[in-house]
Amino acid sequence: MTANSRVGIVIVSHSAEVARGTVDMVRQMVGHEVPVAASGGNPAGGLGTDVASIIAAIKKVWSPKGVAILVDLGGAETNSEMAIEMLPEAWRGKVVICNAPIVEGAVMAATEAAGGGTLEQVRATAEELAP
Amino acid sequence: MKLDTETKDRLIAAMAQAIASHAGELTDLDRAIGDGDHGSNMKRGFDAVLADRANLASKPLPDMLKALGTHLVMTIGGASGPLYGTLFMALGKDIPAEPSLADAARAFAAAVNAVKARGKATTGEKTMLEVLQPVVDVLQASVSNPAGLGDRVKAAADAGLESTKPMKASKGRASFLGERSIGHLDPGARSSQLLAHAVIGVLAAQPALEGGRLS
Repeated sequence: MTANSRVGIVIVSHSAEVARGTVDMVRQMVGHEVPVAASGGNPAGGLGTDVASIIAAIKKVWSPKGVAILVDLGGAETNSEMAIEMLPEAWRGKVVICNAPIVEGAVMAATEAAGGGTLEQVRATAEELAP
Repeated sequence: MKLDTETKDRLIAAMAQAIASHAGELTDLDRAIGDGDHGSNMKRGFDAVLADRANLASKPLPDMLKALGTHLVMTIGGASGPLYGTLFMALGKDIPAEPSLADAARAFAAAVNAVKARGKATTGEKTMLEVLQPVVDVLQASVSNPAGLGDRVKAAADAGLESTKPMKASKGRASFLGERSIGHLDPGARSSQLLAHAVIGVLAAQPALEGGRLS
């Protein structure tokens, strides 16, 4: 199975360090088969989220099977929704935001993706953790 | 009403100035019930708009509004980016290049509905919608009776802002505070009220709006 045959994962946090750290945990616990990208911090480098950076992260891990996004707080979700709407039309239906805790959800989603799960399976697995 | 390039330029400058000169206050309001970045985020967004003002003002009104919204989405970096970005982008999508008051009222109502959808919010939740929705209502009521339109918009925005003080937040970061959000003005409502005043300040000086007529 090539990387392209697995669902991609994007981590969107207000903190660049949290986003990068979450990617590190996924790599350590799940491995390198799943494409994972981090987006954290606002356009000025402070705490916040950045639509352009989220779009870039989605493109980086893009797979025909789709991309699952894990977010932390409100603005991360709203900015991720905005980023999805700004993608090429053919991609939009294949990018979903998981309603799950960011770190645990990312590890669960990546585990499912590593096993070749579909986008819906990846999202469902992450969302089993939702409160 | 046709807005010439100079008027569009003054609209952009007035909105950016209103945000820049109140950035500290917006951040203080946000520090009380949110995460303390509303002023700096909004200022970054409108600074980017201001830097592009000549280009923006040269565009037809719908294109200018869409481009302005895109700047805000790309530079604000908080939840306000998609919310204000959606407001301006949706307004640009629905408004004709030379809108009548009825066109403007209809397009603004559609834009505020788009903000509601984006934020999954409605009125009564202590958000920018407490200001935006009353402005929609005034615009719609003014179509048949436009007398004093500018003053009525400003009064509606002011009353909407004040109404947020006793409200308990149920959306956004302030909702984490629950009861403790009561007694504070909502920062997003304040920025919306500032923008409403800035826009009316420029348009009220237009001959087309004198006597409340926008066409």
